Amino acid sequence: MTPWERATLALTLLAIDPQNLGGMIVRARIGPARRAFEAAATALPIPSVRLHPHMTAQVLDGEIDLSATLSSGTLVQQRGLLDRPPSLIVLPMAERVDPYMCARLGQALDSGRSHAILAFDEGAEDSEALPMGLSDRAAFHVALETVALGELAPITLPEDLAILRRRARKIRVSAQMLEDLVGLAVSLGISSLRAPSFALCAAQTHAALKGRDELINEDVSASVALVYAHRATRLPQEPESDTVPLEDSAADTPDQTDSFPAPNDVMLDAIKASLPPDVLAHLSTTPTRGASGSGSGTKRIGNRKGRPLPARHGGRTNTARIDLIATLRAAIPWQTLRKRSDPARLGPIFRQSDLRQKRYETLSDRLLIFAVDASGSAAMSRLAEAKGAVELLLGQAYARRDHVALVSYRGTDAEVLLAPTRSLVQTKRRLAAIPGGGATPLAMGLSRAVEIAHTATQKGLTPTVVLLADGRANIALNGDADRAQANMDAQAIAAKVAAAGIEALVIDTTIRPEKTLQHLAQTMDATYIPLPRADARRVSSAISNSLAE
Amino acid sequence: MKHPFPFSAIVGQEDMKQAMILTAIDPSIGGVLVFGERGTGKSTAVRALAGLLPPINVVKDCPVNCAQPEDCPDWADIQDISTGDIPTPVIDLPLGASEDRVTGALDIEKALSKGEKAFQPGLFAQANRGYLYIDEVNLLEDHIVDLLLDVAQSGENVVEREGLSIRHPARFVLVGSGNPEEGELRPQLLDRFGLSVDVTSPTDIDDRVQVIKRRDAYENDHSAFMLRWQTEDAALRDRIVTARQTLKDLKTPDSALRVVAELCINLGSDGLRGELTLLKAARAYAAFRDDTVLTTTHIRATAALALRHRLRRDPLDEAGSGARVERILQETLDA
Repeated sequence: MTPWERATLALTLLAIDPQNLGGMIVRARIGPARRAFEAAATALPIPSVRLHPHMTAQVLDGEIDLSATLSSGTLVQQRGLLDRPPSLIVLPMAERVDPYMCARLGQALDSGRSHAILAFDEGAEDSEALPMGLSDRAAFHVALETVALGELAPITLPEDLAILRRRARKIRVSAQMLEDLVGLAVSLGISSLRAPSFALCAAQTHAALKGRDELINEDVSASVALVYAHRATRLPQEPESDTVPLEDSAADTPDQTDSFPAPNDVMLDAIKASLPPDVLAHLSTTPTRGASGSGSGTKRIGNRKGRPLPARHGGRTNTARIDLIATLRAAIPWQTLRKRSDPARLGPIFRQSDLRQKRYETLSDRLLIFAVDASGSAAMSRLAEAKGAVELLLGQAYARRDHVALVSYRGTDAEVLLAPTRSLVQTKRRLAAIPGGGATPLAMGLSRAVEIAHTATQKGLTPTVVLLADGRANIALNGDADRAQANMDAQAIAAKVAAAGIEALVIDTTIRPEKTLQHLAQTMDATYIPLPRADARRVSSAISNSLAE
Repeated sequence: MKHPFPFSAIVGQEDMKQAMILTAIDPSIGGVLVFGERGTGKSTAVRALAGLLPPINVVKDCPVNCAQPEDCPDWADIQDISTGDIPTPVIDLPLGASEDRVTGALDIEKALSKGEKAFQPGLFAQANRGYLYIDEVNLLEDHIVDLLLDVAQSGENVVEREGLSIRHPARFVLVGSGNPEEGELRPQLLDRFGLSVDVTSPTDIDDRVQVIKRRDAYENDHSAFMLRWQTEDAALRDRIVTARQTLKDLKTPDSALRVVAELCINLGSDGLRGELTLLKAARAYAAFRDDTVLTTTHIRATAALALRHRLRRDPLDEAGSGARVERILQETLDA
C-alpha cells in the first residue's frame, strides 16, 4: 500500500464512523498532497470547525458577546467553538498546541458530544510532534511527507456512509479475533486501552466497507496497520529468542504466542509493512515505552500563562488587548450622568477614559542544563559522586519547579539524555543509567548544552548551563583525538556562551584544580567551582549558593 | 448526550473504584486524586460517579444547594423555601476557567440591564455539598490552585471584589485526575486530597479484552448495556446509603486508634491530617463491608490509599511511595 492509498483508506473509514474513531493525525506540511487531502476531508458527513493552536480559552469555551450585549441590554453569550454540535475539529500546526488547549481538546473529544479531530502535524523533526494526550485519542496516523505527486489520486468517499456505519456495528467478531487484537497491542508495547478499542472499530468498519458480515484477517490487518503501527514502542519478541523481555513479560511469553500463531503473524506483517525501515531499526533499540515517555514534556511551551493582573487604565493602542469586562465596569457607574446629557441614545455610553487594558504577569521558568562528564577518568574516580550531586540539585530544582535537561559526554560523542522536562522521575532514571568510560569530548558536550539553551530561550525559558568536568578536553569537535584542537574548540564554544549571555557554572571535579577549566570558565564568564574531593552535598551547596547570587 | 459509562461496568481498577466509593460514604474524607497514564479510565470513572451518588435534599432556589432555608446566604434573596431532591452535583472545573467563573463575580447582566449590584455565583457555589472535578489537575494555573487551596481548607468561599462582599459555604469533595508525565502537583495541593490512587492499564489479557468488549457494547448496543449495568449501579448505590447509616454506629476501639497513630509515626507522614483521613477511610471501608467494629483488616486495606501521597516527599524515590507504605504497614502490624 502506498502512503496515499493508506491515507485514502483511513479517511474513508473515518468518514463512515467519525464519532467512534475519534479522528486522525496527518503528518504533513503544506503541499499538494496535503491540499488534496484537506479538500477530500471536507466531504466528511459532519460539519468542520477550524482551530488555531493558540486560540484562547475564551474562544474555545465561549465568552460574552460584547456588541450584542450592549445593543440588547441583556447578557449575550457567544457560543464557544467546542460547544457546537458534533463536528470535525481541524487543527493545523498541531505540534504547536499548548498543554491547556491539548487538555481542553481531549476533554471535548471524550465528552460524548462526539467531536472528531483532524490534526495536521507539521513537525520538522521526529521529536517535534503532537502531544500524546491528543494523538492517543485519534485512531489513525498517516504520513503524507513521502507522497509523490504522481501518486495523488482523487479520494471519492462511498455515498451510503450512514448505511455502512449501521452495518459496521452489526459485524460479527469472533472471540479469537478480539483476543488477537488486544494481545497484539500488548506485545507491541501499547499500554493505552484506547488503541485496541479503535482497532476493533476500524476493523469492523473496514469489513462493512468491503461488504462482509464477519470480520476476516484482511480487515484486522488493515486496521492494525492503521491504528497500531505508529503507537508501537517495540516489536514483539521472537518466541525462540532467549533474551528476557523487559516488561509485560507475563503478557508475551512464548506460551501466549503459541495460543494464536497464524493471525498474529499476519497482523504483525501488516504492521511491519507500514513502518518505514528506519523506524524498525529505531524500535528494536528503544527500550519498552521509552519512546512514548518523553512525550509532552519537551513540546510544552515553556512559559506558564501569566496570572492576570488587575486591568490598567489606558487608551487605544495597537498592541494591548482591551479588557472588556473591566471597561464595562468602569463605564457603568457613569451611565446615569451620561444619559442625562444624551437622553436619546440607547445602551450604555462609553468614553475614552473607560477603556481598560488586559495585563498579565508572566514568570519565566528556569531551565537547568546539566552537562555531565562521563568519560573514563570521571568514571574511575567520581562519576557516581557527580551523579549524586546532580541528584541533590534535582531535588532543589523540584522544589523550585525548575525545568531540567541532561547532557552526557563521553567517547567521541555527546548525547542529550533528557530534553528539558519537569518530570523528575525520568531525569533520575536517565541519570542513573549514564554509562561511563571513553575520552573527554568536552567541546561537544558544551555545544550540545548550548543548543538546548538556545531552543529554550526561544521558548521563553531562562537557561543555566551547569558543566561538570573532570579533566581537560581531549577530543576535538570533529572527533579527532587532538588535545590542542580540543582545547581550542572548547574555548570557542565557551566564547559563544558568553556572547549569548547564557548563565553558566563550571564545576571542576579533578583532584587538583585544572588550569584549562579555570580558563574555560573565564571565557564563558561563568562561576568556577573547584571541588577536589567532591562530595555530593558540597557540590550541591556550592551550586545553589552561586545560583542564588 | 449519551449517559456516562456506568461505574460498575469499569473493569479492574479496584483501588480507584474503592476510593471513590469511600468518599461517597463519608464525604469528609476529602477527595480523591487519580494519577495515571493515558487511556486507563480515569475520567470515565469520575464521570460515572455522578450516576452512582444518592440524591441530596436542597432548598430548590438556593444557589449553593443548602439543605435548610436558614442556611441559605442572605444575598441569594430566596422567596420560595420549598425543598426537593436533586442529583448530587458533580461540577467540572475546566482548565481554562477564569477566576470570575470559579469564585463568582459581579452579575454583568443585572448590572447592565437593571443597574443593580448583584452576585453571580460561580463553580464553588454550584459544587457545594457535591463534587468538584478537575481533569488534568497538574496543569491547572497557579492562581486557580491558590483559590482552590484556600476554599478547600476553609469550606467557605469569600469574594471581596468589585465592591461585593460575599461569603457562602463551599464544602465539596475534590476529585482530581492527571498524568504524572505532564507535570507534578504542588505538595500543598497534594495534601488536600484525602485519598490518592495510581492507576495503570490492566496487564492481564483477559481484562483488556473485557474492557474492549464492554466499550464496544456501550457504543453499539447502548440501551441494553445501560439497562444491564444501571441495575448494578443501583445496587451499589443502595450499599452506599446503607453504609452511611452503618457508619454512625460503627465502634472504634482504642486499639485501632493506636495502630493508626503508630503507623503514621513510623511512616513519618506530615501532620495529623493523614491520621484523621486514614481513620475515616478505614471506618468508611468497615461500614461498606457491613462490619460493626473497626479492625486492623480495615486499616490495612485503606492505609496505602490514605497515606501514600503524604509521606515526606522524596521526589527521586523511584519505587513509589505505595511500596514504602506497604513495607511499613507490614512492619507495624506484624510487630
